[in-house]
Amino acid sequence: MVAPSIKVSEAPLMLYALRRADDALILGHRLSEWCGHAPALEEDMALANIALDLLGQARELYSYAAEVEGKGNDEDKFAYLRDVRQYRNLLLAEQPNGDFAHTLVRQFFYSAFADLYWRAMMQSRNPTLAAIAAKSEKESAYHLRHSSEWVIRLGDGTQESHRRAQAAIDDLWAFTGEMFESDEAERGLIDAAVAVDPATLKQQWLKTVTGIVAEATLVLPKSVWMQEGGRHGRHSEHLGHLLSELQSMQRTFPGVRW
Amino acid sequence: MATPNTPLWEVFIRSRNGLAHKHCGSLHASDATMALQAARDIYTRRGEGVSIWVVPSNAITASDPSEKGMMFEPAESKIYRHPTFYEVPEEVGHM
Repeated sequence: MVAPSIKVSEAPLMLYALRRADDALILGHRLSEWCGHAPALEEDMALANIALDLLGQARELYSYAAEVEGKGNDEDKFAYLRDVRQYRNLLLAEQPNGDFAHTLVRQFFYSAFADLYWRAMMQSRNPTLAAIAAKSEKESAYHLRHSSEWVIRLGDGTQESHRRAQAAIDDLWAFTGEMFESDEAERGLIDAAVAVDPATLKQQWLKTVTGIVAEATLVLPKSVWMQEGGRHGRHSEHLGHLLSELQSMQRTFPGVRW
Repeated sequence: MATPNTPLWEVFIRSRNGLAHKHCGSLHASDATMALQAARDIYTRRGEGVSIWVVPSNAITASDPSEKGMMFEPAESKIYRHPTFYEVPEEVGHM
């Protein structure tokens, strides 16, 4: 028996929460893949801690999405019973861990955004989103600090670490543009001050990223061409593999509990 | 794994304001900033602390275990140094 995917009704507010929940779940899952494999025990714990923070954010956002939708779905159904095309996360979040530099650069690009985003969302007119933002902002601030310090040390470390950090920046840069996009579904929420227009965060994000990257003796690519599609369910090949692992138990043994 | 790039640090955590920092363990990190972050990630996951100190392990001068006799045994026979021979007057209250 294989559990079928659920149906999801993507009204604007529900979709908005679902998209952010997917970012947090997928990036958190990626980080959890390091558990037991990180270069040192210290970093194993640090990455697992960030993963757990993100998983916590995902749970709150999924629960809220379920509440808004009101169709009997819940956080587990959203996580375990949607297929690739139903996922709405940023492409950046699903990119493979690669080497340690790729993981930390991915985290750095995302956290530099998330820190600004959640801080701005604390002013949301939606009290639930504002409350989630207040909790997430503190977590994201630490994720940014931790990943920044690593980017600096990898870039300004050995020749090998510099080479790997630069390769990670070059590989992941094209996935950063999607963070600042919004669509029709979100426009109404932005106008109602429920959501933040992510485009307004771009200058500050660029300033943070440019500063850290320069301190790390690394350079940002000149290219301005950006990948997109995650917000609408068009994903890279990597997400399917991630989900097959994430969902295998619930798909094979529907409703199984500990 | 101990490597020359990641020396050992000793971690001290203060669990509440008003209490002293207590040694709680050690870790490897490249420098003080990373040591502080690693200490936060390893030793305060369950809300154990409100303040952290990290100290390079090689900055600590320790007594030699083989000199335990010379160092500590002489104190064992001097029970009069314990304040157990005094009657504490009621009025003093809790000391």
